Amino acid sequence: MRIEAQGLSARHPAARSGAAAALAPLDLHIGAGEQVVVIGPSGAGKTTLLQALACALPPSAGRLQLNGQDPWSLPRSALQRLRGRLFLAPQTPPLPPRQRVVTAVLAGRLPAMGLAASLASLFYPRDIPAAHEALERFDLADKLFERVDRLSGGERQRVGLARALVAPATLWLIDEPLSALDPTRARQALAALTDEARQRGITLVATLHQVDLALAAFPRVIGLRDGALAFDLPAAQVSPGHLARLYDQHEDELRAAPATAVDPPPAPPAPVVMHCR
Amino acid sequence: MSTPALPAPDPRLRDPALWSRLAWASAALVLLWPLAVACEFRPWVLLEADNLRVSGQFLASFLPPALGAEFLWLVARETWRTVAIATAGITLGLLIAVPATLLSARALSVSALGGRMAALPFVLRQALRWALIVLRSVPELVWALVFVRVVGLGPTAGVLAIALTYGGMLGKVYGDILDSGDPHATETLLRNGSGRLQAFAYGLLPQNAAELTSYTIYRWECAIRSSVVLGFVGAGGLGQQLDSSMKMFAGGEVATMLAVFVALVALADRTSSGLRRALG
Repeated sequence: MRIEAQGLSARHPAARSGAAAALAPLDLHIGAGEQVVVIGPSGAGKTTLLQALACALPPSAGRLQLNGQDPWSLPRSALQRLRGRLFLAPQTPPLPPRQRVVTAVLAGRLPAMGLAASLASLFYPRDIPAAHEALERFDLADKLFERVDRLSGGERQRVGLARALVAPATLWLIDEPLSALDPTRARQALAALTDEARQRGITLVATLHQVDLALAAFPRVIGLRDGALAFDLPAAQVSPGHLARLYDQHEDELRAAPATAVDPPPAPPAPVVMHCR
Repeated sequence: MSTPALPAPDPRLRDPALWSRLAWASAALVLLWPLAVACEFRPWVLLEADNLRVSGQFLASFLPPALGAEFLWLVARETWRTVAIATAGITLGLLIAVPATLLSARALSVSALGGRMAALPFVLRQALRWALIVLRSVPELVWALVFVRVVGLGPTAGVLAIALTYGGMLGKVYGDILDSGDPHATETLLRNGSGRLQAFAYGLLPQNAAELTSYTIYRWECAIRSSVVLGFVGAGGLGQQLDSSMKMFAGGEVATMLAVFVALVALADRTSSGLRRALG
């Protein structure tokens, strides 16, 4: 999928009206099948950029075009169909507890399934081989029928990524795919994503905190700082000077990859107070 | 031998919230007084000699519980009918509550993904919420009185009354449960292009299944109690039997039936915690 953004800026719907936009106007062209990584210190607007590209956040100004079409001018049902052709993987894996891994992975295929088929798939998973194959790429094939809440943080994150491989999408927007993975797993997972995207001709936009991995795995690097574009260069031309400026006053994020955050299992929802009559 | 004098407390260590707490507590008492007067709240009446004797006699008549084979058989049949009324009522109520919840849950709104919900879905949601308010604001006793006139004495009136009121209650609370849980999984599914019902089945339902189940069973328990009350106005079941036993001052029969209620509520409680464990 081809992405063109002109003067695109975005803000969170809940942000105060006076607050600066999370994403200042920026121009961006990403060709079909291209692989791009977005780096920058925390709070630079990386997630907001991905959400804006995923049509999850309407642009507050400027224009976004996917395959030459403005998604926000489409009727709502067509917009939802378009959303089915792109895949946004949020930073924390969106997996409900008690769901089985196979169901969680196949949920990525929902846009391509009818309602009856998707309900039937809850009783007997539709395409177990596809889920198995996707999990295999992330070294999780043995967890196929485990429950999601029995997995470790890193395993859950990889289940979230495996979902991309079964999604009927031509654009992957992957937010911090490696935050809970150890270095070996991180390289493996990143290779799985980039290889699959290349083979299928899928456009891949990822955000990363691990600058060394980003420079090694992606041909094109976008630096984002304070919601503005700092640079947009081929990986080979990104100099230590660029990085030093990008991470100025955030050097700890540049030098050490952020401590692998293994998020605790999601707390059960707070019980609702119940009254009889 | 004299105890050493306590050192004077340091004024900085005194809790500064003390006076405002005392003030609020006495204000609450002052406000409660007129309420107690308005509802003729005089609990000491219970302890007057005459009244103690009357309630003592009534309670003494509970013993021994009626355990005749014929009566037990009658109680068993009526218990079964009560359970059937409650279950059928809740099931019909679900037919109202589930579609209303699916339509009104904000977590399933596709148009709210882009920030604000569109006008038409917003109006539809509000209309549904109001319909649910109307359904549950009419007590099931009133519905039962209406239906007893329409369909005659018997369990049907009880079932319909429970269905309407409980449909409204379940629909409201289901909506609250779904909207107060973690929306992350559902939101991600919707953002990736799933339909609303797909997002419900793959995100929202597994996220909230334990909460929904235990609330439904708790409501079933309430429905059993309320079918007893409905029995007093002729909607059948154990309640009707309880009513006639009370009128005939057959304390032993009342005691037996109360024991059955305790058993039913305990059963609902066990089922609920068992299911919660299975789903959690």
